[in-house]
Amino acid sequence: MKRFIIRRLGYAALSLILLSFTIFFFVRVTGDPTVLLLEPGASRADMEALRQQLGLDRPVLVQYWTFLSQIVRGDFGQSFYYRTPVLELYFSRLPSSLALAVVAMTFSLVIGIPSGILAAVRLNGWWDSAGKVFALLGLSVPSFLVGLLLILFFSVYLGWLPSSGSGTVWHVLMPAFALGWYFAAAHMRLTRSSMLEVLGSEYVKLARLKGLPEALVIGKHAFKNALIPVLTLAGINLVLMVNVAVIVETVFAWPGVGRLLFEGISFRDFPVVQATVLIGGAMIVVVNLLVDLLYAVIDPRIRYGR
Amino acid sequence: MDASAPSPAQTSRALSLTLAWRFAAFQTARLPLVPISIILLFALAAIFADVIAPHDAQVGSLSARFRPPAWVQGGSSEFLFGTDHLGRDVLSRLIYGARVSMVVGFTAVIVAGVLGTTLGILSGYLGGWVDQLIMRVTDTWLALPALTFAIFLAAVVGPSEMNIVIILAAVYWTRYARVIRGEVLSLKERDFVRLAIVAGCSKRTIMRKQILPNVVNSAIVLATLMLGVVIVTEASLSFLGVGVPPPKPAWGLMLADGKKGLMAGYWWLTVLPGACIMLLVLAANLLGDWLRVKFDPQLRQL
Repeated sequence: MKRFIIRRLGYAALSLILLSFTIFFFVRVTGDPTVLLLEPGASRADMEALRQQLGLDRPVLVQYWTFLSQIVRGDFGQSFYYRTPVLELYFSRLPSSLALAVVAMTFSLVIGIPSGILAAVRLNGWWDSAGKVFALLGLSVPSFLVGLLLILFFSVYLGWLPSSGSGTVWHVLMPAFALGWYFAAAHMRLTRSSMLEVLGSEYVKLARLKGLPEALVIGKHAFKNALIPVLTLAGINLVLMVNVAVIVETVFAWPGVGRLLFEGISFRDFPVVQATVLIGGAMIVVVNLLVDLLYAVIDPRIRYGR
Repeated sequence: MDASAPSPAQTSRALSLTLAWRFAAFQTARLPLVPISIILLFALAAIFADVIAPHDAQVGSLSARFRPPAWVQGGSSEFLFGTDHLGRDVLSRLIYGARVSMVVGFTAVIVAGVLGTTLGILSGYLGGWVDQLIMRVTDTWLALPALTFAIFLAAVVGPSEMNIVIILAAVYWTRYARVIRGEVLSLKERDFVRLAIVAGCSKRTIMRKQILPNVVNSAIVLATLMLGVVIVTEASLSFLGVGVPPPKPAWGLMLADGKKGLMAGYWWLTVLPGACIMLLVLAANLLGDWLRVKFDPQLRQL
């Protein structure tokens, strides 16, 4: 167990280092980083000062070390536009993103799990076919298109919901649905296959042989176990939702982390872009690590495997 | 996800069943005529855009702004799909937009495919530190959300059609590398590869003559499945203003423009480009599913 944890921690640390190196590498390799890191219209003296500070005349590895130690200290630089430390800015937007992600997750589970169960129980029936179409649409219709069509229908024609902004419960509904759309399809697909797997297992056969009513077999015996992989995926997806919402947040002017990234691009506020991508990537690496460790605790086979 | 780290058996089995189900969903059709004809239609529109587009796609007349489509009251047959906020013909822009989507989509998928397949073969066949290096980078890049990574790269290199292709290839080669490496790992244990080693072929020759022909099918299937993803990503980047630079007509750009007129009820500026993206991506996904099932007999039995 200890060896497994250490190895897994090592992988995660390596991933984080590679991640920071990737970001560092692309910023340096594509030209003069001072153009990216200084505000447009900065004076020649400013550029020279920054060159000194970054140590662009020093070896690349030394430069990388400087960059890395800044990040570890939580110093992502100042936002050009807001004139505040980037990290502060990021954490001020995070709650909005989380709120959106939680509602979107609720949508995706409420839609995905029941429809997945129905598709598995009525295998090859009408529900299953409907599920197939839904799974394909979920993958093929991008979330921003869903968002725009929702605005068209609920804001422009019906006038029921506000088309953008935040503040009330009504504001969160459409962006959450647009964001949850893709994930609903993913959760449905996994629920279906997970249910099928469990329904074919020995203990479900036994439950049926005992003469339990079908509703009880599915609802109590099968469903609970089928839910485990779905909830794991949902946990990973919640973190993913915070980090992929940039388009949805832009469409609905939702003040989250994604919107911050978009503002970062629009205002050529490079420290913001860099920090958002780095923190997002780090979050996902950490969640993957946690899931692996959690599984190792639950399932001893994993600890000793490979 | 980190595939070299152990993953729970239950989840992975469930996941492979999920894939099988998705891919097997449309196996009944002998040839997927509908997706093929949709892709062909867009391809023809892209190739012959200069001939079939009724108007200039980049210049409009300000006296003809926000004309609705022909079948709506107030529309005229001169502008079949209406006009946008600068009085440009929507139909012509959609046709030229198909060219952008197709060119960027196909090029990016091919560049990413060549890069990913090469690295996947090298990683799988050579093993050792080459494998470790390539796979660690693959894992790390896979952990970054594709769109966020693409936005970051776009912010660094600046917008142009050429750069979009490079960005998309840089983001998506990892998907090929991961799959191809897995296949190579099992291929290199097969007898014909061992025979080639005994016969004294160099590693280079084995990779080129023995391994590559056996993974090309998978690469093509992957490429078809990636086409939809790549087109959506390009549209998303253009929508955010870091993709194809205006005034070039890209569908994502048209959606961004269309959003400005959305609240005023100019629905055709959103619905029509949206429908184009949806149709093309749907068709690419269906075709990819079909190819996948065709090339993988194991899935057909499930």
